[in-house]
Amino acid sequence: MRRVFAALGAVLAIGAAPAPSPLPGGVALKALLSSAPAPTLADYRLFTDAGADHPNAGLTPYALNTPLFSDYADKTRFLYLPPGTHAAYRPKGALDLPVGATLIKTFAYPADFRRPGEKVRKIETRLLIHRRAGWAALTYVWNDDQTQAMLKRAGKRLDVSYIDAQGQTRQIDYHVPNQNQCKECHSLSGRIAPIGVKARNLNGDFAYAEGAENQLAHWTRTGLLTGAPPPGKAPRTAVWDSPTEPIEARGRAYLDGNCGHCHNPKGMASNTGLYLDLEEARPARIGIGKRPVAAGKGSGDLETDLVPGQPDASIIAFRMASTEPGVMMPELGRSVTHNEGLALVRAYIAKMDRR
Amino acid sequence: MKTLLTTVAALALLTGHAQAKVLTVTPGGDAQEKLQTALLDAKPGDTVSIAAGRYELTDGLSLDVAGVTVKGAGPGATILSFKGQKSSGEGFLITSNKVTVRDLAVEDSKGDGIKSKGVDQISFVNLRVEWTGGPKSTNGAYGVYPVSSTNVLIDKVTVHGASDAGIYVGQSKNIVVRNSTAEFNVAGIEIENSMNADVHDNLATHNAGGILVFDLPNLPQMGGHSTRVFNNRVVQNDTKNFAKKGAIVGDVPTGTGVMVMANRDIHVFGNEIDQNQTAAVMVVSYTQNYDDLTYNPLPRDIAVHDNRIGKNGWAPQFPGGEVIANAIGGSIPPIVWDGVTNFTPKGMSAPVAVKVHFTDGPVANLHFAAPGNVFSAKPEVKPSIDDGAIAEPKPVVLPKAQAGL
Repeated sequence: MRRVFAALGAVLAIGAAPAPSPLPGGVALKALLSSAPAPTLADYRLFTDAGADHPNAGLTPYALNTPLFSDYADKTRFLYLPPGTHAAYRPKGALDLPVGATLIKTFAYPADFRRPGEKVRKIETRLLIHRRAGWAALTYVWNDDQTQAMLKRAGKRLDVSYIDAQGQTRQIDYHVPNQNQCKECHSLSGRIAPIGVKARNLNGDFAYAEGAENQLAHWTRTGLLTGAPPPGKAPRTAVWDSPTEPIEARGRAYLDGNCGHCHNPKGMASNTGLYLDLEEARPARIGIGKRPVAAGKGSGDLETDLVPGQPDASIIAFRMASTEPGVMMPELGRSVTHNEGLALVRAYIAKMDRR
Repeated sequence: MKTLLTTVAALALLTGHAQAKVLTVTPGGDAQEKLQTALLDAKPGDTVSIAAGRYELTDGLSLDVAGVTVKGAGPGATILSFKGQKSSGEGFLITSNKVTVRDLAVEDSKGDGIKSKGVDQISFVNLRVEWTGGPKSTNGAYGVYPVSSTNVLIDKVTVHGASDAGIYVGQSKNIVVRNSTAEFNVAGIEIENSMNADVHDNLATHNAGGILVFDLPNLPQMGGHSTRVFNNRVVQNDTKNFAKKGAIVGDVPTGTGVMVMANRDIHVFGNEIDQNQTAAVMVVSYTQNYDDLTYNPLPRDIAVHDNRIGKNGWAPQFPGGEVIANAIGGSIPPIVWDGVTNFTPKGMSAPVAVKVHFTDGPVANLHFAAPGNVFSAKPEVKPSIDDGAIAEPKPVVLPKAQAGL
């Protein structure tokens, strides 16, 4: 009762300002841990407003050096840790996150990418929740009014239109994945697992309200992370679109972020023998001189996954360029070609020494 | 009432689940949403029953719940059409154990038809997977596609038009493929990098190649062995190979009956092999470059006996085939073997013994100096090549629940 009054007071204090009505209380950890998913995103109280613009206490924003391409959607990410818990550092793979930890990712498009903060349309907010029985993947799709996000288990298609950074109008046949498809990417040996929150991919600066700081250092300083070495001694994924970094590191980083979640020895594409995560070093495993196994028409009449010096002869580049299901890679999560990513990978292959 | 209770109890006993239920999906409305929701809602022991009708899907379907049966009203009645598919690498993906898919059809998936990955006890029964436009290189690769799975049953399945293999079992163990039909695919039935398979009582016809048993390098599971190919009809495989380059089956000559590449302990017997223009049975090494010290590219301990071999090999479609055929009397004999025996694995001092038992002669031994070295061929035809009996692998035994399907 007291809490209700306090909340009411807060509303009154804001007065007539057009601010969203705050949701009372902290993050609903019990709802996160329940085996039955909540019907709406608001039920978890991860945000203090219905539009999910204001994170609740316990949420930390983060970014990845090299993220997955998702049809040009803007993605904002938060890590929630239950009070008194922390993540433990691991040099390889994802950080060790405690039960209750939740990764929150919202996919959105501004109406015009030349004005990124304006007229933003949220599409879906995905949650990866560390329950006692393991990780669970859920997605919540936003309504047209942007006031509520509802659980969507079976997937959905949405028409998205925006103006890109070059001023061109673009249409996306946006696909919200079904619950199983979340797992297809987020899968290690058949169990759901986080992908992005690897030390190497977090090892970069984030523009916090109080100033830019390396994320591993910030998390360590604020007690979110234990056991991490200084950022300079931790592994680091290159920033895929940073022109100052070597092309080989950027190419491998891009393939790690966009392919390595399936193409690794424990992922959905383990049977291909093509492993594109950054932890792989064997030439044939990263595609050099390797013939396809189950590509079918995805080979595009080419005979080798990666031919050093020859992007046009490399199946990897061919499948990245395609938008045809059964040919395109990744299989899920995009409907258009990532032109900039493709250009990078082609440049990476072109620059490799011919053998 | 008593009968009803007894039935329910019996069902519960059968499924090992107290509240096993049937989730019925009917045509009409948003087929994608309805079907996928049922596949998400099903609990172990449940049946997802898909009523007769046509279901137009826009994306791949998937199942990740163990112990579920997905059942249609028959392969001519319940049709899952993926003609309008916009995403996913296959029509229907299964990633959970003890799943049976039966009595339905999958049509025109953009990638593979039905795939299982990394599961135990997967059964595909009475299915049709078809690309309705006939054989085209733009069709999906595999019709029925269990991979990295154990205890695989494929029974009464028909696949038509796959641009790679109609029925393809990859990197799996303990496999039965029976009573099935593969036609108008590049390869009819292919067992690849797998251990212990029985392929029997199937019909492979009008493919480029009928039945293939391959072992390829650079894969997590290699060293394929112990496959029996028996009592099949492998006839008139006469569709011109329409695979895209790159796919290994693109190298299978049009008009091949049975082909064994690498592998050990492969037994081919009791089959009818007729009207295949390249050869009835080809036994060859893997010829491409590879970077894998643990891989053995040679077929060894291979037995081909007691098949009913008709007219084959009159116009061989492999490189140098015509020259070789002319050198040995105008056509390719029932069995053709590349004859490579001199492979010494890294770290060993002597070649691995290669033993063959080819009694359905005549047999052409091409005496290649090395895998794929056509120019070194010294073809020789003998009535038979027999290094003595080779012990036949034991019949594949599937878990009881599967064997009873």
